[in-house]
Amino acid sequence: MSDVALSPAVPAEPLIDPRKSFADVNQDVSAPLERKPGMLWKVCFGITALLTLQFFMEIGYQMYKGIGIWGLNHPVGWAVDITSFVFWIGIGHAGTLISAILHLFRQRWRTAINRSAEAMTIFAVMTAGLFPLIHLGRTWFAYWLVPYPNWRFLWVNFRSPLIWDVFAVTTYLTISICFWYTGLIPDFASLRDRSTGWRRAIYGVLSLGWRGSERHWQHYERAYMMLAGLSTPLVLSVHSVVSFDFATSLLPGWHTTIFPPYFVAGAIFSGFAMVVTLLVILRKVFHMEEYVTLQHLENMNKIILVTGMMVGYAYATEFFVALYSGNPFERFTFLNRARGPFAWSYWIMVTCNVVVPQIFWFKKLRRSLPVMFVVSILVNVGMWFERFTIIVTSLHRDFLPPNWSYYKPTIFDYSVIVGSFGFFFMWFLLFCRFFPAISMAEVKSVLWSAKKSAAREAPRAQEPAHVS
Amino acid sequence: MFLDRFRKQPPARAVLALYDDPDRLLNAAALAKEHGLEGIDAFTPYPVHGLSEALGIKKSWVPYVTLVMGLSGAALGLTFEIWTSAFDWPINVGGKPYVSLPAFIPVMFECGVLLGGTMTLAALILACGLPNLKSPILDRNFTNDRFGLYVPEYGPGWNEERILRILNRTGAVDVKVIRV
Repeated sequence: MSDVALSPAVPAEPLIDPRKSFADVNQDVSAPLERKPGMLWKVCFGITALLTLQFFMEIGYQMYKGIGIWGLNHPVGWAVDITSFVFWIGIGHAGTLISAILHLFRQRWRTAINRSAEAMTIFAVMTAGLFPLIHLGRTWFAYWLVPYPNWRFLWVNFRSPLIWDVFAVTTYLTISICFWYTGLIPDFASLRDRSTGWRRAIYGVLSLGWRGSERHWQHYERAYMMLAGLSTPLVLSVHSVVSFDFATSLLPGWHTTIFPPYFVAGAIFSGFAMVVTLLVILRKVFHMEEYVTLQHLENMNKIILVTGMMVGYAYATEFFVALYSGNPFERFTFLNRARGPFAWSYWIMVTCNVVVPQIFWFKKLRRSLPVMFVVSILVNVGMWFERFTIIVTSLHRDFLPPNWSYYKPTIFDYSVIVGSFGFFFMWFLLFCRFFPAISMAEVKSVLWSAKKSAAREAPRAQEPAHVS
Repeated sequence: MFLDRFRKQPPARAVLALYDDPDRLLNAAALAKEHGLEGIDAFTPYPVHGLSEALGIKKSWVPYVTLVMGLSGAALGLTFEIWTSAFDWPINVGGKPYVSLPAFIPVMFECGVLLGGTMTLAALILACGLPNLKSPILDRNFTNDRFGLYVPEYGPGWNEERILRILNRTGAVDVKVIRV
């Protein structure tokens, strides 16, 4: 990690109060893990656990009965399941962006938020991974997607984007877990060294016996850098591959070359919105306002603003190309999106994703917690409807008018949507209780830089304020 | 355990100096190096910039594992795709060639990242001698706010008094001799 003074993006205000000591960091981050869970946590956990339960009951019933219990019909064969799959995979992207890409660009403000963002990635990918499985219908044959030697002597078709998806998503989940765990090792050691009894034993095993030796840090830092370097192209490839599911088909509205960058920008956009939603709550409930500062949230809101405009630009390009190409099917599909029976979904998407984030041009609103909380939720509503618009409106009126139909979700569709949110938040709540939500080791290196620059600015001080 | 055979045995004696400030540790490390002390290590709560240079620790070999394993993963992935699609049971899918190279790239890439990433973590664990639940924790605050310089017994040239004399001048909070 380079010296902060060399970084071109040093924010005007310190990322952390230089008067804090290293021991304060451990104390503040570990405190929520060491006290009994509060009532609020228990109630939230209860609700999300119940939602998860109904989610799996729905999945069980749907496996028994068939995917016809959803509102699917003849032209609309993909709806809430694939929409949610793309939505949740997209949520995950911000976590990898924060942990890997910002690490490579030496953006040190990431240190306070990368742990929770990476946790979010893993839980989002876990949630997303359920959807392709359940939408298979015959979920018990899901292992056919894996190329393994079998008595049918058949291999999977490696030319199919659906198989690319299997490889991309499983790799993404595995590497995200590796990256996250690597970051957690020193922090588990910190927790081990401050606890006793069974907690000490568990955190001791999780830390693998990390000692903090410089010979080990030397390997650690290089390995972390390598994992960041691998994750960066990986995260770009995952949503590109997801977009290939659509782009390689021949359906108007799907068959476009703009899809990979458009999907990646949208994924980062929605993912950052989810990070803001989660962190606004997390910092309040666990009293981490001094670590996850307004500066951090403002930086993320700037990224939301930029990626929101990239997404808006993609909407415009898509529409323009559809009109300009002279392809009547393409033109019809896009006019149908904006004026057809699903126009409500299209305009929710445009309002939430393009119009709403524009208020982040104002510094005051960018730094206002209630404003950013509402905007971040609206952005995710908009991004869910973006995927819904792309999938359902392209399908519901295909080439032959006698095929046309309208898609109406049933109670089971709603159950899946709500259930997936419950599943995701349940894991996140468990994470906040048992794992350090902020990377203590990384924050300490930022803290030392903050102490040094504070000492430089106060020339009368004899030496840097080191507090033990 | 199998790996224990490749691990260095812990020394019988060592000198440990404790600091509450990374800069003092850096100075002490440079001083110890100047005086020709060998096999020095440091314990820190976070990776201190410039410390491995001050201690003269060699650069990590982990990135080579990433490179080799990443390339092997990609090569294996591509070979497997070509073997299944063109040799083991060639099936004509939509008139595409058996070896549809552009279509094989995504899976090839993912295989490379998968093997490269998992093996990087494995190499890290191996390089650090983890899991290591047995060796003693010298100070519980090394993962909190304490920095330590560790000079293990390295051979006949090891002189306890001399090392104590050197380290006592470095502004340490405490300098102590550890005996196993």
